[in-house]
Amino acid sequence: MRELLEGKKVVALGERDGVPGPAIEACVEAAGGDVVLSATECFV
Amino acid sequence: MDLGSQEKIKKLADEHDRDKLLVVLGAPDAEAAEIAAETIVFGDPTYAGALAEAQLGLDVYHVLEDEIQSEVPDDVWEDQVGVMADTLEAEDLAEAVRNMRTKEGNEED
Repeated sequence: MRELLEGKKVVALGERDGVPGPAIEACVEAAGGDVVLSATECFV
Repeated sequence: MDLGSQEKIKKLADEHDRDKLLVVLGAPDAEAAEIAAETIVFGDPTYAGALAEAQLGLDVYHVLEDEIQSEVPDDVWEDQVGVMADTLEAEDLAEAVRNMRTKEGNEED
């Protein structure tokens, strides 16, 4: 069942010490979502 | 949340139908996930960025939540997230973000 991501505009807000933006982006796009913003934040 | 990200998200929320816009987080711990989710739903709690008092009410999930993972092909999941799914406290992260979604739903009633 693909409902949550398919056809949605998605902001992929990753973090360096967690899951980074490009990884989230790849997952979302594989699930049929459209990534409109991808970022990897880094807090020190 | 980074101030630049807040500005970009606010702009996207103005440009797109909010029912079609969704945020997926990759925060490493529950506290960070909670603050990011709170910023997305209710506004920047530090009142520092563009989302201060914005109350966008967008749907927000953590990438490690079942609702997200279940939609991603297994091979992509393993390549992109696999190791982090084992390293991070997925349940704590999911609960932190889910609580913000639930709180938002309650406040709409």
